[in-house]
Amino acid sequence: MPLRRYLPVLAVAVVVVALQLVVSATGTVFYLTQLTMAAYYGLVVIGLCLLMGFAGQISLGQAGFFAIGGYTSAVLASADLGPVEGKPLLEVLQRLGAVVERQDLYGNTLNGFAPWLGLVAALVLTAAVALLIGIPVIRLRGHYLAMATLGFGLIIYRVVLGTGFLGAADGISDVPGFTVGALQISGALARRVQNYYAAWFIVIVGMILALNLIHSRVGRALRSIHGSEEAANAMGVNTARYKLGTFVLSALFAAVAGIFLTHYNGGIGPSEATGMKSVRYVAIVAVGGMDNLWGALIMGSLLNFLSLRGVFGSYDDAVFAGILIAIMLFAPSGLLAKTPRFARAKMAKTPRPEPKPRFRAKAKPPAGEGSP
Amino acid sequence: MSAPLLEVQALCRAFGGLKAIHDVSFRVAAGSIKAIIGPNGAGKTTLFNLIAGSLAPDSGTVHYDGRAITGMAPHRVAAGGICRTFQTTRLFPAMTVLENVMVGRHPRTRAGFVSGVLSLPWTWREEREIRTRAGEILSSLGIGQWAAEAAGNLAFGTQRLVEIARALATEPRLLLLDEPAAGLNIYETREMADLILKIRGWGVTVLLVEHDMSLVMDISDEVLVLNYGRRLAEGAPSEIQHDPEVIRTYLGGGHA
Repeated sequence: MPLRRYLPVLAVAVVVVALQLVVSATGTVFYLTQLTMAAYYGLVVIGLCLLMGFAGQISLGQAGFFAIGGYTSAVLASADLGPVEGKPLLEVLQRLGAVVERQDLYGNTLNGFAPWLGLVAALVLTAAVALLIGIPVIRLRGHYLAMATLGFGLIIYRVVLGTGFLGAADGISDVPGFTVGALQISGALARRVQNYYAAWFIVIVGMILALNLIHSRVGRALRSIHGSEEAANAMGVNTARYKLGTFVLSALFAAVAGIFLTHYNGGIGPSEATGMKSVRYVAIVAVGGMDNLWGALIMGSLLNFLSLRGVFGSYDDAVFAGILIAIMLFAPSGLLAKTPRFARAKMAKTPRPEPKPRFRAKAKPPAGEGSP
Repeated sequence: MSAPLLEVQALCRAFGGLKAIHDVSFRVAAGSIKAIIGPNGAGKTTLFNLIAGSLAPDSGTVHYDGRAITGMAPHRVAAGGICRTFQTTRLFPAMTVLENVMVGRHPRTRAGFVSGVLSLPWTWREEREIRTRAGEILSSLGIGQWAAEAAGNLAFGTQRLVEIARALATEPRLLLLDEPAAGLNIYETREMADLILKIRGWGVTVLLVEHDMSLVMDISDEVLVLNYGRRLAEGAPSEIQHDPEVIRTYLGGGHA
């Protein structure tokens, strides 16, 4: 049974390979750069789709989690362990395999943290922050949750912008690549094809994990929360815990994207943490059909690819905001919704059938009205 | 009377100045059908919410199977074996009928986030069992033909049956039914009565709130009458029908 679930994944893999062959054959390999970046942004959208489309909760702070992942990994990967040279700490780290040698811009050799340490630290930090924010905030509903998560995103943006060692307005640049054996996540031109496949591999793994979740007992519980939180609770679903778990999971998807895209780009800046980026992710989930992971993946990579290619010019942010308004007005269930639009609209608009009391026992006959 | 399955003692709950439930005590014997009746606003649904954990009482206790469950969270009450339906049905409209009932298997199954995301092989087996069991419950209630339909598209009476099927899927020992016959026609009400008796036959104790007197008097072993949040009377249906206090305030003076 689970095999059928993975067939479309195979189709995505085929498209990924075909695209690479086409651009290589036509001498337009430069497209791979934006296709790689778009893949990572697609991962953020897949995670947000789990939260919005399945658990029925919104987050306008996904860019914040992306930034926490990216910045943590960037800081640790660019750290110079020179100050602890010869001290016991360095030896402990070396024994753990957490130290790698690298060359700085002038060709000097220095010791730095291994990328896996940055990855683990970034994920742990993201999960911790998501829990810390999520525990109080996920109790809120609708507009209140949207505003609270927006507030969180704005805080992360201002913190990044105002913190010296995070590079303030310039961000962090010259972040070394993320090397695992023969594979290196970096922007080196010679590694363009390799990175394209690495990015899409990560996205496909993320997609498989997300598909597994929505087809599981937890996924069904999430959809039930979306349907009626009170009824889900009465059926034994610990709704608070499941909403929080999905919030953290979607934050981790954003963080993974932030980590790898930072290494691919060789840096990260505050523009990745803006509220407008968060709005963009929400807009893309909406276009994709809210509860459609494939819509999230397709729209997430397509729209970001167009945006990265500069198709929307200087109106980039305006285009995404416009898309959000247009979707809300004309196709609230998205362009690639699984439930047909008319059925969904009917569900949203028809009031719940109110039980018509056929016969009610007389409740306290009004005074003065005698009995027959 | 054997040891009660549910024992409510001196339960109180006020909303501002309104005493929705005041000093209410009663017991539900295992294997019985008990009805709670009373005029609109008598506090019947509030009482359900207090037992099921959606509301916390101001004072008083609720014991289930000898254990205190006062103020316990609804999902834990459900896991403990008390499940409820709602006065206005609350199905998951976008999910199919089968999926709705599958959600009811939640407290009896265990796949979590990690095993779900990784789709571990044992969870496939569990999913198959959930699906099979949900299908069996639908068939036993005679609504198996709607399994693949979106729950929101069903007729009202069928929705109510699905809600009962969903509650039964949690394997409750005590089933709380909030006005199961509201909005049903006379034939459907008759079928509902048969269904409730059938459910009791499966070993499930039933506590119901209902306005339909014929239904209540036909199937209940005991009736509790509430009025303005207080206990007015309690006893067998025949006693209640002849209780002068009940007749005066509730059944209507004409029957006296």
